[in-house]
Amino acid sequence: MFTALHPPARPDPYLDLDAYDPAADLMVLNLGPQHPSTHGVFRVKLVLDGEVIVKAVSYPGFLHRGVEKLCEKLTYANVTPIFDKNDYIAPMLNEQAVNMAFEKLLGLEVPRRARWLRTLLAEMQRIASHLIAVGTFALDVGGAIGGGASVFMYAFRDRDRVLDLFEELTGCRFHYNTHQVGGNRHDVPPGWDRRVLAEMDAIESALPDYVTLTAANAIFRDRTVGVGVLGRDLALELGLGGPIGRASGVDLDLRRDAPYHCYDEVEVRVPTFTEGDCYARFMVRYHELVESIRLVRQLVQGIPEGPIAALKPTKGPTHVKIKEGQAYVGIESPRGELGTYLIAGGNKGMSPYRLKIRPPSLHALATIPYLLPGNTLSDAIAILGSLDPVMGEVDR
Amino acid sequence: MGMDFVMNHVWLRPLFMSVLVVTAVMTTCAWSIWFERKLSARMQNRLGPTIVGPAGLLQPLADALKMLRKEILIPRDADPWLFRLAPPLVLFCTVAALAVVPWSETIYIADLDVGILWVLALAGLMLLPIWIAGWASNNKYALFGGMRAVAQGISYEIPLLLSAMVPVILAGSLNLKDIVRFQHDHGWFVLWPPGIGLVAFVVFFVTSLAEANRIPFDVPEAESELIAGISVEYTAMNLGLFPMAEYVHTLISSAVAATLFLGGWDGPFFDATWYDGVVWMVLKTGVLFVFIYVLRWSLVRFRSDQLMYACWVWLLPLALGLVGAAAVWVKLTQGQG
Repeated sequence: MFTALHPPARPDPYLDLDAYDPAADLMVLNLGPQHPSTHGVFRVKLVLDGEVIVKAVSYPGFLHRGVEKLCEKLTYANVTPIFDKNDYIAPMLNEQAVNMAFEKLLGLEVPRRARWLRTLLAEMQRIASHLIAVGTFALDVGGAIGGGASVFMYAFRDRDRVLDLFEELTGCRFHYNTHQVGGNRHDVPPGWDRRVLAEMDAIESALPDYVTLTAANAIFRDRTVGVGVLGRDLALELGLGGPIGRASGVDLDLRRDAPYHCYDEVEVRVPTFTEGDCYARFMVRYHELVESIRLVRQLVQGIPEGPIAALKPTKGPTHVKIKEGQAYVGIESPRGELGTYLIAGGNKGMSPYRLKIRPPSLHALATIPYLLPGNTLSDAIAILGSLDPVMGEVDR
Repeated sequence: MGMDFVMNHVWLRPLFMSVLVVTAVMTTCAWSIWFERKLSARMQNRLGPTIVGPAGLLQPLADALKMLRKEILIPRDADPWLFRLAPPLVLFCTVAALAVVPWSETIYIADLDVGILWVLALAGLMLLPIWIAGWASNNKYALFGGMRAVAQGISYEIPLLLSAMVPVILAGSLNLKDIVRFQHDHGWFVLWPPGIGLVAFVVFFVTSLAEANRIPFDVPEAESELIAGISVEYTAMNLGLFPMAEYVHTLISSAVAATLFLGGWDGPFFDATWYDGVVWMVLKTGVLFVFIYVLRWSLVRFRSDQLMYACWVWLLPLALGLVGAAAVWVKLTQGQG
């Protein structure tokens, strides 16, 4: 119905404001860290010409907890629970990423049942995470007192279905600590698979509501189509995979292209868009949601028999020692490639010497100086929401 | 003496009526907040207010008490007098429009010959205190909210006015009561002239949504980007007056739309006597009012430049065309200029 604003193809993030149009009455606006729509404590300094953004400078770091440094003091088993707090929207994936790095250095063969279970948990977590992404994006576009809030509430209702299942499995809704070096800690309770299938049906039946309230709505499309276009080249330059990259035509999904867990045993279909705008990013997440529901159905019906851990499950810290070595493990988190780079050998082999996390959200936020200029303040919020950053993971 | 004396007295009657109408409307608005919260909760799988009173019915009272007990904070750099002035002025400008809304043949405050003009003028005047609030807060977000409100208000006023002119032209009067009487005799304007009346009603309804800053047109207080827009620095009852004014404004918009296009108090079963017609008027207003709520909780909001685009490119030519069409219709059917 309405044309989108057309920002410059590739804004200059280091724009010299003194050289900018001297007649323009520029205004500096601080977006955050207490702003309700920055998805956590995140500050963007916006230089505005009227309501159009001329320059955007991002200042992450308000949620810095020193996780990487902490890892150098903790034993390998103790690392897992604090990793739940990194990407707190998708804690399962964090646990998996870090434990896979340990296992890789140890050369542990994780039992097939554990790997299958990890695949299943990862996909269920992806559903929960993408539901939040869809809901909060609608909230950003539609407002907390409006139609966006309705989508948000529906999304949280459906996310709770997944969390209920996780609670049944692990005893926790959020910070599960269900992975350990060499396998999983909690086995599938009886009847759980049937309940998973039932909840998947419930979530799937609610999906048309999301489309009706968002993608099928002309106002929603006006607000998102052509807004915050991220080119394929820039996405590659900034190291963006995941839904953001796939919305910009970067056809990369580690589940399919570098299979881990049991992803080589199932078919992963990867939705890819080329537009690179907010709408495409939203739709990629929506289609991944549908795809993940399909995968969960398939996975939960074929859980193989066998042990769920290579090492004996213990209540206390397992005595895992890694003397030396380096390993990188990248897995496909709901936000992109979640990497863990581990140098072993700290604390007499009890702790990592250095552990570096590659958080996909940090790379997503790197697009802000490029995406925001040329758009209005309203679009800035929509773009920020479409990037779906999690500050716990960005600031670590 | 008694009721007849009051109803025929030259100033006791308006006094009595204004107390009656304003009390009724303000009470309705307070509980419409409860209703909206319940309705939105049902739409969103929530329960809404349940704690204060049965089914949370006393929640508006609790909210008002909370607002009254809060500290009034005035930012150091704000303009203290303008800052204090804005919220009561906003409420005044909205409530004053009630003066000319006829609820039935006899329930009205003033039978003003330029009734519709009064309503539209006050709707325009309301921008002033909103802009005052945005400016006096000395906050960038509030300033944005004020700027957007003024830009939006000025733009949408034109199609609002033009679409309101359609019934005026057809009925040949600016008096809201005359317009209703005309509809009583000739049929509601939403039904005739075929097409013109219906489109004019839609344009009027949409633009009055924009005037009342309701979703999808609530860019001045877009809480996802401007946090709270103009009211971001306000506390206590000063803060409470803004949404209160917004609810009153929405109610009056619905009432005026019902008066202009849906035949006001006119309807079957009830004669337009003392108070009978008020049933129809309240019913019509209520339907529009609830419809605005349902819209609010199911739509996302426009961007402010898209809002301007929609106004100047679509609504304004449409409204102009409607006025022309209505004039031609009158010329053709009545055969005299």
